[in-house]
Amino acid sequence: MITVNNLHKGFNGIEVLKGISTTFEQGKTNLIIGQSGSGKTVLLKSLLGLHTPEEGTISFHEKVYGTLSKSEKRELRAQIGMLFQGGALFDSMTVEENVLFPMEMFSQMSDSEKKDRANQVIKRVALINSNHKFPSEISGGMQKRVAIARAIVMNPKYLFCDEPNSGLDPQTSILIDNLILEITQEYNITTVINSHDMNSVMEIGQKIVFLKNGFKEWEGSNQDIFRTDNKAVTDFVYSSNLMKKVRKMYLGDH
Amino acid sequence: MKYLHDFGLYFIMLKDIFSKFTKWSALKKLIFKEIDDLIIGSLGIVAFISFFVGGVIAIQTVLNIDNPLIPKYLVGFATKQSIVLEFAPTFMSIIMAGKVGSFITSSIGSMRVTEQIDALEVMGINSLNYLIFPKIVALMLYPFVITLSMFLGILGGWVACVYGGFASHEDFITGLQYEFNEFQIIYAYVKTLFFAFILATIPSFHGYYMKGGALEVGKAATSSFVWTSVVIIIVNYIITQLMLT
Repeated sequence: MITVNNLHKGFNGIEVLKGISTTFEQGKTNLIIGQSGSGKTVLLKSLLGLHTPEEGTISFHEKVYGTLSKSEKRELRAQIGMLFQGGALFDSMTVEENVLFPMEMFSQMSDSEKKDRANQVIKRVALINSNHKFPSEISGGMQKRVAIARAIVMNPKYLFCDEPNSGLDPQTSILIDNLILEITQEYNITTVINSHDMNSVMEIGQKIVFLKNGFKEWEGSNQDIFRTDNKAVTDFVYSSNLMKKVRKMYLGDH
Repeated sequence: MKYLHDFGLYFIMLKDIFSKFTKWSALKKLIFKEIDDLIIGSLGIVAFISFFVGGVIAIQTVLNIDNPLIPKYLVGFATKQSIVLEFAPTFMSIIMAGKVGSFITSSIGSMRVTEQIDALEVMGINSLNYLIFPKIVALMLYPFVITLSMFLGILGGWVACVYGGFASHEDFITGLQYEFNEFQIIYAYVKTLFFAFILATIPSFHGYYMKGGALEVGKAATSSFVWTSVVIIIVNYIITQLMLT
């Protein structure tokens, strides 16, 4: 579980996060949603330790990140897996080398054990015959799968995903969403996903945090989001006629 | 104010490069890869430019000697001095700022744009050490490149003189051996090592701290070339002042 308490962060005198407090639950897919510029990426990067907050705390299972020593931070980072928006795969390495990379850096396993583990996660994300291909030789969806494989290869406790579906077709998006959900439940990890995709919100939003202008405007689950009266949330989520109809049908059924 | 900020940031970067070292087994592979990219990959262009510029220096020297009191062997002496003292260490380094420097800036800049550097940081890897330290180590072999440049420059001069009919083999060799001063060779290699460090770190700084997208990678590469050249020229002046006067 990750607990965020009164988080403030700004750049060049402009406050981007204005006192965010929330919890991201273990074994669940936690989604951060909101319009562009609402502070989603800054919140995610603050959780990752890439931004230092000006005020407030971030706790990983009650360990406050800001108070940890350098070695404790390093230890914690080894428990974090990250799926970047563009995959962030290393261009000069093959699929297998990308997945092996975190183990090469931090694991004491033998070479054959590392290779076995890499092949196990590559298989888990359903990548076939791609071990020796370079990222530029595979599709966007496959790159995302490699990135997921790399993120989970060290058995992380926390998985962060920045716009995992951006640039993917609807079918591949669903595959990636389901894969993240399955992995979250299988490994009982705390997954935090930054997303714009309303389909993901409805499908895998076990916990949703809605940000607006740097504030936490609303939080709940994908079931709660159908019933909410919060105008900012409904304006954002049900901006299309299709989503309005989906909501109407859902409320009619329940 | 920005220049002052960048100046400070450059030294903070240098400090961070030499802290929290990456696992040796990974660094070793990276160092060999950088030697291949930065040193071996530059030998062709260095050899080509050095040979022909050496030839041009020799021809221009011989064509400007029309006083019968000046000995013919001066052409060999002047070619050696020009190549060993300035052309090979300094001007070849400026050419390398274009070739190696732009490569370093654009490769690190592309990693920044595609969040690969963020990925390293999230994994708990000191990205400055991982990316820049192997380049510094690889470029410590740069004196070998400059040695090749010196040799081929002088060879180019000899070929141009002897086969162009401007001077005899004996005159050229006498000139090469005339007033040989070991300290000048030490001076050339000392500045080569400084230039190698500059070639590794200034382009890396421009790539690592760039912001924006693909267009900014191009701008960072240009600005890296300009600043690397400027710093090489200034450091060349300072070392020359300190060592030769």
